[in-house]
Amino acid sequence: MTDLSLRLRRLWTLCRKETLQIIRDPSTLLIAFIFPGILLFIFGAGINLDSSTVTLGVVLEDTRPQAISLAESLANSPTFRVKTGFDAKQMGDELRAGRVRGFLIVRNDFSERALRQSPGTPSLLLITDGSEPNTASFVAAHVRGAIAVWQREELRRLGRQPTGIDVETRSWFNPSTESRNFLLPGSISIVMTVVGALLTALVIAREWERGTMEALLAAGITRFELLASKVLPYFVLGLISFVICVGLTRYAFGVPFRGSFGAVMLVGALFLGSALGLGLLLSTVLRSQFNAAQAALNAAFLPALMLSGFVFEISSMPPIIRAVTHVVPARYFVVAIQTVFQAGDVWSVLIPAFEGLGLAAVGFLGFTYLKTRRRLE
Amino acid sequence: MNATLIRLRALILKELRAVLGDKQSLRLLIMPVILQLLVFPFAATLEVKNNSIAVFDQDQGPTSHEMIQRLTRTPAFTEIVQVHSEAEARALVDKQTVLLVLRFGPQFSKSVESGSPEPIQAVLDGRRSNSAQIALAYVQQIVGAVPLNSQVAPSATLAVRNWYNPNLEYFRFIVPSLVAMITTLSALIVTAMSVAREREQGTLDQLMVSPLTPSMIFIGKAVPALIVAMIQATIIILGGVYGYGITFQGSLPLLYGCMVAYVAALVGVGLFISSVCATQQQAFLGVFFFVMPSILLSGYVTPVDNMPEWLRIATWANPVRHFVEITKGIYLKDAQFSDFSHNVYALLAIALVTGVTALGVFRRRLG
Repeated sequence: MTDLSLRLRRLWTLCRKETLQIIRDPSTLLIAFIFPGILLFIFGAGINLDSSTVTLGVVLEDTRPQAISLAESLANSPTFRVKTGFDAKQMGDELRAGRVRGFLIVRNDFSERALRQSPGTPSLLLITDGSEPNTASFVAAHVRGAIAVWQREELRRLGRQPTGIDVETRSWFNPSTESRNFLLPGSISIVMTVVGALLTALVIAREWERGTMEALLAAGITRFELLASKVLPYFVLGLISFVICVGLTRYAFGVPFRGSFGAVMLVGALFLGSALGLGLLLSTVLRSQFNAAQAALNAAFLPALMLSGFVFEISSMPPIIRAVTHVVPARYFVVAIQTVFQAGDVWSVLIPAFEGLGLAAVGFLGFTYLKTRRRLE
Repeated sequence: MNATLIRLRALILKELRAVLGDKQSLRLLIMPVILQLLVFPFAATLEVKNNSIAVFDQDQGPTSHEMIQRLTRTPAFTEIVQVHSEAEARALVDKQTVLLVLRFGPQFSKSVESGSPEPIQAVLDGRRSNSAQIALAYVQQIVGAVPLNSQVAPSATLAVRNWYNPNLEYFRFIVPSLVAMITTLSALIVTAMSVAREREQGTLDQLMVSPLTPSMIFIGKAVPALIVAMIQATIIILGGVYGYGITFQGSLPLLYGCMVAYVAALVGVGLFISSVCATQQQAFLGVFFFVMPSILLSGYVTPVDNMPEWLRIATWANPVRHFVEITKGIYLKDAQFSDFSHNVYALLAIALVTGVTALGVFRRRLG
């Protein structure tokens, strides 16, 4: 009994020491509390998959009324800022320099062919900037749309009723289909990775560098106590940071939240466990701040950005990479938190995600436990 | 050789040994490059592939059947799931089994025959709105291609050609950007952390009392960063050309020349960060604080064009954005110096401002 209470007191003292160390270093607090705000702000304002307006070049080889009215149709479309020119080669230079994202060449036989209704070889040629693939397909889709609008207007002017099949669209979960509504919750994975993995990796590696870890171990502290005293304070720090993120996403950015508080906290806690575990593991194995920092960036941060499915769809990746994403904890976190935000507590999605996160947390922490050597080499 | 040059050479050798000296750090500078080169070009794709859609066909008429036939043949969708109720469709979307649901109303085929077609209803999964909208664009293209036996609109046939990347493959966009991305992290960490490490270990004071001037110490810190960046960039370009078969369109000397300007800007930022930080931990977090937003706002994740006006202007201060534009321009588009000279001048300005500020802070601390 006394042994247990002694152990608890020792753990408490260790945690207190760690907490004081956190509070006294402004850079830690900066990363845990200010950084999430800045990051979410960037995601809210700067990261946007929905192109709004694009500069499009129009090269008129034909200057008869039909061609002019098509050019007007394009200029009236809210998606395009139109730059008109008469020389395709010159417009090509503009494209190379990135001043236009595509240009439409209206061939000199465009009007004749439009009136005679003879399709055949294309009378319109659209060149897009393939170095920005997403924008390129956006430009192509909207030019097609603008041409369809123009065709209907022409028909109406001829006094005929235009027909065509429409696709009426609705969106579940995210009615305005703003990419922000799924990017923002997903971006919390980045913040949590930074607080969990990077911060712990650095802090523990510093202790190894300075030899204070050995000192603690020599003082008769068990491996379990040592790890617990490192994990618990950072776990609390991370959870506070998580609550700030969720709160900002919900209230400052107005992303709808349909799940329960309990579910979102469980998601956060489990992911934090895996991130802390990874950070501890890296620092324990590498034992130098410089190297632990590099490794944490590459093993935790970049996969969280690229392989978690929060910007780039996992289902579109080739099979091998899809297999790799199964060992990226952020993947489970992103699915779970997007679901909690947009759809609510859908347990058929959440439970597998919890399993993945729990497994990662236990795996990383367990491996760290084994790697923490009691004796000095 | 005069004394200054000899000193500088000794200093640079020392710095190189500190960065590339031990096996572990060398591995950590090279391994990630190779790993990222293997994974990211495949991973970073906004194309819609391997997705399923659900079809709720209440019509079962000739036109709806023809449309479903055509959808089945599209490589964009792996599977077309037939459902028989709203609830069934809803469950598939909830579980993210399907990206979107198409519903043909009971009178659909008849309405098409009678010349006033009723719309097809599409429901998207808003959690994945970008993919769902791209998928919807495919659907609209297919629906639009089904001929209707009514009056013909003025013909306007459109051919689309994508320059620099004919099939709009994402890896062609990612590899040139990786050149910028990877060199950024390493160059910043190498400069910022090495100054902080010397300060922690007390060797910075030794350097300061040596006959080396602060600007020489700066150059000593910049050269290893430049060498690391050059090596990493070369690995990526070689991988891009020989591994991914992306032809290098532009001029290599031009790219390496611009890299000097870029690394100068990074060294300036790195030294500035380390000049205001006391420990390695702070320096690293400082680097991170800078790198995260710069990468996110560089055009690598989503295009700069999509940002609001004020933020687009703010990205002028972001060196990563300039270098991403330069690498993509030279690599893919054979861009000439005049096409991106404004980017290079911006980089030099950033290098100058951060470098001078860092030097000022250092001098103040010494005095």
